[in-house]
Amino acid sequence: MSGPSTYHPKSALGRWFDARMPLPRLVYDNFVTDPIPRNLNYMYTFGGILSIMLVVQLLTGIVLAMHYASDTTLAFVSVEKIMRDVNSGWMLRYMHANGASFFFIAVYLHIARGLYYGSYKAPRELLWILGCIIYLLMMATGFMGYVLPWGQMSGWGATVITGFFTAIPLVGTWIQELLLGGFSVDNPTLNRFFSLHYLLPFMIAGVVVLHIWALHVVGQTNPTGIEVKHKTDTVAFTPYATVKDGFAMVVFLAVFAYFIFYMPNYLGHPDNYTQFDSLKTPAHIVPEWYFLPFYAILRAITFNIGPIDSKLGGVLAMFAAIAVLFFVPWLDTSKVRSANYRPWYKFFFWLFVVNSIFLGWLGSKPAEGWYIPAMQVSTLYYFAFFLLIMPLLGLIETPKKLPNSITEAVLEKNKGGSGHPVGAAAEPQTKG
Amino acid sequence: MTMKKFLHGVAALVIMSASVATLAWAQDAKPAAPAGEAAHAEGEANHAAEPAHFPILHPKEQTWSFAGPFGAYDKGQLQRGLKIYKEVCSACHSMDLVAFRTLEDLGYNEAQVKAFAAEYTIPKMGDDGEMADQPGLPSDHFPSPFPNVLAAAAANGGAAPPDFSLIAKARGVTRGFPQFVIDIFTGYAESGPDYIYSLLTGYNETPPEGMEIAEGTHYNPYFINGKSLAMAQPITDGQVTYEDGSPETVDQYAHDVSAFLMWAAEPHMEDRKKIGFRVMAFLLLFGAMVYLVKRKVWSGIAH
Repeated sequence: MSGPSTYHPKSALGRWFDARMPLPRLVYDNFVTDPIPRNLNYMYTFGGILSIMLVVQLLTGIVLAMHYASDTTLAFVSVEKIMRDVNSGWMLRYMHANGASFFFIAVYLHIARGLYYGSYKAPRELLWILGCIIYLLMMATGFMGYVLPWGQMSGWGATVITGFFTAIPLVGTWIQELLLGGFSVDNPTLNRFFSLHYLLPFMIAGVVVLHIWALHVVGQTNPTGIEVKHKTDTVAFTPYATVKDGFAMVVFLAVFAYFIFYMPNYLGHPDNYTQFDSLKTPAHIVPEWYFLPFYAILRAITFNIGPIDSKLGGVLAMFAAIAVLFFVPWLDTSKVRSANYRPWYKFFFWLFVVNSIFLGWLGSKPAEGWYIPAMQVSTLYYFAFFLLIMPLLGLIETPKKLPNSITEAVLEKNKGGSGHPVGAAAEPQTKG
Repeated sequence: MTMKKFLHGVAALVIMSASVATLAWAQDAKPAAPAGEAAHAEGEANHAAEPAHFPILHPKEQTWSFAGPFGAYDKGQLQRGLKIYKEVCSACHSMDLVAFRTLEDLGYNEAQVKAFAAEYTIPKMGDDGEMADQPGLPSDHFPSPFPNVLAAAAANGGAAPPDFSLIAKARGVTRGFPQFVIDIFTGYAESGPDYIYSLLTGYNETPPEGMEIAEGTHYNPYFINGKSLAMAQPITDGQVTYEDGSPETVDQYAHDVSAFLMWAAEPHMEDRKKIGFRVMAFLLLFGAMVYLVKRKVWSGIAH
């Protein structure tokens, strides 16, 4: 929101309410009249998409919890009861399980957009950090949720991931036993994971409120990376952003629905349809797909570094891969935000995207043969992107000439496009 | 123009993210099959005789009535599959999660289900507090052939035969790149029944020269977990009598029981696909309308 509020309640009840608790005013100012840059593209719709994914996960999760039993002897069977006997239980569970994956697909696109357009630069550092906290909470929630069905990958994934903590000197074993509630993955583990899996989404919701609050203080970035300078640079949130976000949401939900209804187990692991057996280790333990890049980084460290052995080194590298995101606002030294005007950054950004996907693929492979050096090279690039390229490129790269304003950029683009002036005659895809 | 690039970018990202996503699935608990094939290609006698990656052969893809967005179970096939499970598989394999009442999905009426359940005896506690064998009720689940997992293991050379309730979803052979990306677009979700069919019809092959098969195990190149398994060929031509005139061959048996096990693992699949079609149709139509509104709203604004 910027500028004075223009909310004028028409009804007596509205005025009465407004004088006592101006919640409708808050909504009106932030989601109706709020000025947004007129040149936002579809990459800017993932914030809205993530909000509805959070709501989908909360609603399906709350109902699933009504039918779920967090006891090692009952958990697996209770999930199957949901799948077989609960009315529409299969739909709720498939929505929730695939919903986690789609939540991560959306968040990765959202983060990629932030990295491409330099959305983390001043004055949006706090906005970015709040986003990183949400991402971290999402990872914890996703990991714990995957344990609840009590399949083979649930139990063994939990064994491996909590095992990371034993690498920490002195307190490692204590932390691991605290997480597990014992010496191995068992009933206390399942119970505390269920409790935390229910708690964390509400913490996410809380941080989302802060994230949106910070966003509405500093305003959105846009593909030019130039700040809004004049009223003509903006349009009102409603109807412009509302209808555009709405369209993107429907498209996203259609892809989501395709997976729920036609290939609901595609993103899961077949082993999770076998009940957890602490005496039978699967040949390859792999985490959910959205953790695979980090899993590859963990396993890339196969050598000791001074006093740090390879196990601790791997764990440190994995946590550092997430921690480095928090420092991005200060690692990037460029004065120009948008990659559109930074040809070299643009190149390294896309290389980073390809590298991350490759890391994910490697994460699904066993740590053997050529996969290991590949993991090491990819890990090296992952860190080099943040720690070398971001700081140095900003100092040496010559950016393209920036337009004077958003409006100028928009008019320039429309002129150069189809040759038509503004309006209905333009190609649909140029209007996105 | 930039917009176009972005849409391409978005599309590329979505596809790539989804590709990465699939790896979680594509990477089965077992090592990648293509590596095994590569070993074959090298033609080293060693590798052929002692492969390190399983299954040795990829499952044979079959045509299933329940595949695709409009797929539905063939009730006749499910009934034949049930007959095979009852007469053959259930001697060793339990199916704990499936209740008799759900057999109405197979086209049986209430009385038939009741009669079917009553053919089983299930130990239950009577009003006197004593355990006694009683005829099964529709509300009962298929009884296990063994009293507990230890007894099952003891009777089968140390490893309990797996429960069949979810077997069609619990086995998936790595598809490998780029097949797992193609699978998204073809909607391939039948790796379970393909695997079961391939295993059942994969027994009569001769192991490559020099391969050692552990005593008491049986070579099967389609087995997901090794070169041979403890289970001998479970079914042979003519073993089960069909009343509907279907061929009494291993091939037909394997198809029928695989379809039945898919139903056992995913009894609401037909509902799921029917509802899915309505949901997709709604979202596409609604999406088209929202798009038109969006065009109209933005028509006066250069952006």
